[in-house]
Amino acid sequence: MSLDFPTLAFLGFAVTAAVAALATIAARNPVHAALWLVLTFFSVACTWIVGGAEFLGIALVLVYVGAVMVLFLFVVMMLDVDLAPLREGYVRYLPVGLVVALVMLVQILALIGVRAATETPLADNAAVAAGVPNTTWLARALFTDFMLPFEVAAVILTVAVVAAVMLTLRRREGALHQDPSAQARVRASDRLRMVRMQAEAPPAGRAGEGEGA
Amino acid sequence: MVISKTHLLLVVLLPLLGSIVAGLFGRKVGRAGAHSVTILGVAASCALSVYVLWQLLQGAAPFNQNLYAFFQVGGIDAHVGFMVDKLTAMMMVVVTFVSLLVHVYTIGYMADDDGYQRFFSYISLFTFSMLMLVMSNNFLQLFFGWEAVGLVSYLLIGFWFKRPTAIFANLKAFLVNRVGDFGFLLGIAGVLYWIGTLDYATAFANAGAIRDASVTVLPGHAWAVPTVICICLFIGAMGKSAQVPLHVWLPDSMEGPTPISALIHAATMVTAGIFMVARMSPLFEMSPAALNFVLFIGATTAFWTGLIGMVQNDIKRVVAYSTLSQLGYMTVALGVSAYSAAVYHLMTHAFFKALLFLGAGSVIIGMHHEQDMRRMGGLRKYMPVTHITMWIGTLALIGTPFFSGFYSKDTIIEAAKLHAAEAPGWVASYGYWAVLLGAFVTSFYSFRLLYMTFFGEERFRHAHADGHGHDAHHDDAHGHGHHGAHEPHESPWVVTLPLVLLAIPSVVIGFLTAGPMLFGTDMLGHHPQLPYFLGAIDLEAARDTVARVGEEAWHGPVAFALHGLTAPAFLLVLAGFALATVMYWWKPWLPAKVAHALALPKRILEDKYGFDALWIDGFAGGGVALGKAFRRIDGGLIDGVAVNGTAGAVGLLAGVVRKLQSGYLYHYAFAMILGLVALLALANHYWL
Amino acid sequence: MGNLFAALTLGHYLALGAVLFCISVAGIFLNRKNVIMLLMSLELMLLSVNINFVAFSRSLGDAAGQVFVFFILTVAAAEAAIGLAILVTLFRNRRSIDVADIDTLKG
Repeated sequence: MSLDFPTLAFLGFAVTAAVAALATIAARNPVHAALWLVLTFFSVACTWIVGGAEFLGIALVLVYVGAVMVLFLFVVMMLDVDLAPLREGYVRYLPVGLVVALVMLVQILALIGVRAATETPLADNAAVAAGVPNTTWLARALFTDFMLPFEVAAVILTVAVVAAVMLTLRRREGALHQDPSAQARVRASDRLRMVRMQAEAPPAGRAGEGEGA
Repeated sequence: MVISKTHLLLVVLLPLLGSIVAGLFGRKVGRAGAHSVTILGVAASCALSVYVLWQLLQGAAPFNQNLYAFFQVGGIDAHVGFMVDKLTAMMMVVVTFVSLLVHVYTIGYMADDDGYQRFFSYISLFTFSMLMLVMSNNFLQLFFGWEAVGLVSYLLIGFWFKRPTAIFANLKAFLVNRVGDFGFLLGIAGVLYWIGTLDYATAFANAGAIRDASVTVLPGHAWAVPTVICICLFIGAMGKSAQVPLHVWLPDSMEGPTPISALIHAATMVTAGIFMVARMSPLFEMSPAALNFVLFIGATTAFWTGLIGMVQNDIKRVVAYSTLSQLGYMTVALGVSAYSAAVYHLMTHAFFKALLFLGAGSVIIGMHHEQDMRRMGGLRKYMPVTHITMWIGTLALIGTPFFSGFYSKDTIIEAAKLHAAEAPGWVASYGYWAVLLGAFVTSFYSFRLLYMTFFGEERFRHAHADGHGHDAHHDDAHGHGHHGAHEPHESPWVVTLPLVLLAIPSVVIGFLTAGPMLFGTDMLGHHPQLPYFLGAIDLEAARDTVARVGEEAWHGPVAFALHGLTAPAFLLVLAGFALATVMYWWKPWLPAKVAHALALPKRILEDKYGFDALWIDGFAGGGVALGKAFRRIDGGLIDGVAVNGTAGAVGLLAGVVRKLQSGYLYHYAFAMILGLVALLALANHYWL
Repeated sequence: MGNLFAALTLGHYLALGAVLFCISVAGIFLNRKNVIMLLMSLELMLLSVNINFVAFSRSLGDAAGQVFVFFILTVAAAEAAIGLAILVTLFRNRRSIDVADIDTLKG
C-alpha cells in the first residue's frame, strides 16, 4: 500500500477532530467542553489547509477560535452555573442518543457512497492551476459574483451587534450620562425665566426679598 | 238577480269584526259593548244569509267566484273564494240563526262570568270560521275553516281554563280532531295529486278521470283511487263529526259552557263533517266501498253511543250522547247515498238539539249550576217555559210524526231500508237495523231525561243533607258560597226567548220544507218542482235513494206523517216511551233494581266500551312510552356517544398529542433529528 | 476503500463531515440540561457543513463553495453572539441555564 503524506496528515487531523468533538459533548465541565471544541476547530482548520483552502483555514482559527470560542468562554465563566443538576439524565439517554447518532452516520455514509467517492483522487487545486494563491482566487470570486451577499453579510453582523447589545444592556439606576441630542435641543426659555416686578422698596420689616432679577 | 259579492263578504266579515272588537277591546267597550257589537254583527250576517237564500229560491244563479289570490306555487293555485249554492245557503242560515240565538242566550247564561267579553269574541270568531268553511269554494279554504273551528272549539271547551277537567277536555278534543285532520289532509292531498286541482268546480268536473284509477299502497294490493281519497276525507269527517272511534272528545266537550255545547257541539261544528261529505258527493258516488265504510261507521255510532246515553246522569252528557247518535244517523244517510236526507236532518237536528242544549242550560242555571239529574226532579212547576220547550225538543228528536225530526229521521230510516233491500253484504242490513233500533234507544233516554228532571220527587231538597250539594261540575267562576235547597226559578227572558225561537222551527220546519227540500215537490206534496238541492247534490237516478223513497212514500207531509204512525220505527218509539214512563215515573224504584240486575252491561256502558282507555292509555300512553324510549336513545346514544363521545375522543386524542408540546427545546430538537433520519432513509431508498 | 491511505479523495472529507455531524446530533440529544452545550453542538454542526462545502469546492474547482463557507462563518458568528446574549438574559431572569426550566411553550 502506497502512503501519501497529505493523506496521512489528513487522517491524523481528522481523527483528532473526531476525538475532540466526542470529548466536547462528553465533558462535564463547560469550560473543558469549550476547550475541547477549540481543539476540534483547530484540527479541522488544518484539514482544510491540507486540502488547499488556506484562507478559510486561517479564517476559521481567527474567527471561530479567536472570537466565538473566546466569547463562549467569557459567558461560561461569567454565569455562575450550578454543575451538579446538569448531569442528570445523561446516562439514561445515552443508549438512545448513541443509537440515533450511529444510525445517522451509517445512513449518511451510505448516501455519500463513501466507497465510490474514495475511488477517485481529488482533482487538482484550481487555484494552483490558475497560478494564483488561494486567497486571491477566493477574493476574485467573492468581490465580483458575490458582492451583494457580501454586503448582506456585513449587515447581518451589524444587526447581530445591535441585537446583542439590545438584549443584554442593563440600565442602572442613578448612572449619570449625557444626552447630546437633549443638550442640543435646549432653549433659553428652559433655563431662564423673566419675571416682571415693581421697582419699589418692599414693605418695612421684610428685608432681602423681592429684588428684581 | 245576482248574488252580490259584497253581501257575502259582509256575511263572513261582520262576525269577525265583532269578534275582534270584543276580543281585543273587550275592556274598553265593556260587557254591553262586547255583546252589542257581536250580536249586531251576527244578526246582520243572519239577515243577509236569509236574503241570499231567498235570492236563490227566486232562481238566482249560484255564486262561485274567487275573491283573492292567496298564492300560486307550481301548479297549485290557492284562492279565497265563495261558492254559494242552495246547500251552502241552507248552512249559512242555520249557522247564523243558531249563532244569533246563542249570542242572545249567553247574555243571560254568562252574566256573572269574568270572561264575558272573551266568550262573545270566541263565539263570533266561531261563526266566522264556520261560515268560511261552508262558503268555501276550494279544499284549502275548507281546511282553513275546518282547523279554525277546531281551534275555537278548543278555546271554548277550555273557556274556564282554571279547571283541570276543562283543560283535559279541550286538549282531548283538539288531539282527537288532529287524528281526523291527518286523514283529511291525506284526502285533500290525494285530490290534488290525482285530480290536480283544489278548486271544487274544477275537481268535480274532472273527477270522472280517476274513476277507474288504482294505486298500489301495499305491494300486491291495488286500491281504487276514489276509495282511497274518499276514505281519507271521511276520516276527517269522523274526527270532526265525532264518529266511532274518534267520538271520545264530544262527551268531554261538555266541560265548556252550555251555550257552546249548543252552538258548536250540536248544531254546527260537528255537522261540518256531514256537510263536507255531502259537498263531496260527486267523489263519494264513485266509490261504493267508501260509502259502505261510511255506512258502517255511521250505524255503529248511531246505535252504540245511544246506548251509553241511557246510563248517564249528567243532563248535558245525555244530550251529548244523543248528539253522537244523531250524527251517526246523518252518517248512515250519507252512506246510503241519501245526501240530501243527511243534510236535511242536519238542519232539523240543529234546531231541536240546540233547543235541548239551551234548555238543559236553562235548567242548570235555574238549579244554580247543578247538573246531576239525580238531584233534580219535579222542576216543571218552577220552570214552565223550559219544560214545555224541552218537551217540544224531545218530541222532535224522537221522531214524533208531524214534528220536524220525524220528517228527516224517517226519511233516513226509509232510505236505509231501501238500501238494505237492494245492496249486497251485511253492512247494509246492519245499517238499517242500527237506525231502526236506535229509535227505541233515543226515545228511552230522552224521556228518561224529561222524567228525571221535570217530574217526580223533588230530590234537590235532600241535596244539602248529603253534605255536598254540587258535583264536580260546579263552576268556580261563580263563587257560590252556599249549597243546599235553593228554590229553582225560571230563567230570564234572554234565556227563554231563544228557547221559544228554537221551538218553533223544531215543530214546523219539517212539515213546511220536507216537500221542497227533500222530495222535489211543493210543500203539500202535490206539484213537482225542481229539487232544492239540484246543482248542489246531483246523483244518478238509480242511486238517488232519497228520490226513490220519495217516489214510493211521499204523498205530502200529512200522508207521510200518518203513514209514519204505523211504521215500525214509531212503534219502537212508543215502546221506549212506555219503558221510560214505567221506570222513571210510575215506579221510580225500578231503575235501581234493574241496574243491580244488569250490573255488567251497565258497567260496560259507563266505561264507554273502553274507548277512552284505548285512546288515553293505549295510544297516548304508547306515545308517551315511545317518547321516553326515544329520549333514552337520544340522550344515551346521540348525546352520549355521538356528541359527547366525539368530544371526549377529541379530548383524549388532544391529551395524547399534547405531550408532544413539552416545552423542552431538546424534545423539539430531537423531533427534528428523527425527521432528518427518516428523510435520510427515504433518500437512501430512492437514490441508491 | 483502496485509496484510503493512498490518495486524498472527496470521500475522506465527506466522511469527516458526516462523523462530526452525527457527533453534534448526539451532543444535542444528550446534553439536555445545559444550553451552552447545545450552542456548542450547534457550532459543531455548522463546522461539519463547512467541511462539506470546502471539499466540494476543491473537488469541483468552483470558488462558490469556499465563498459560501465565508458567509456561513459570518452568520454563525453572529448567531453565536446573539445566542449567548439570549443565554445571558435567560440566566439573569431565571438564575439557571437548565433547559428543562425553559418549558413555557409547554402545551
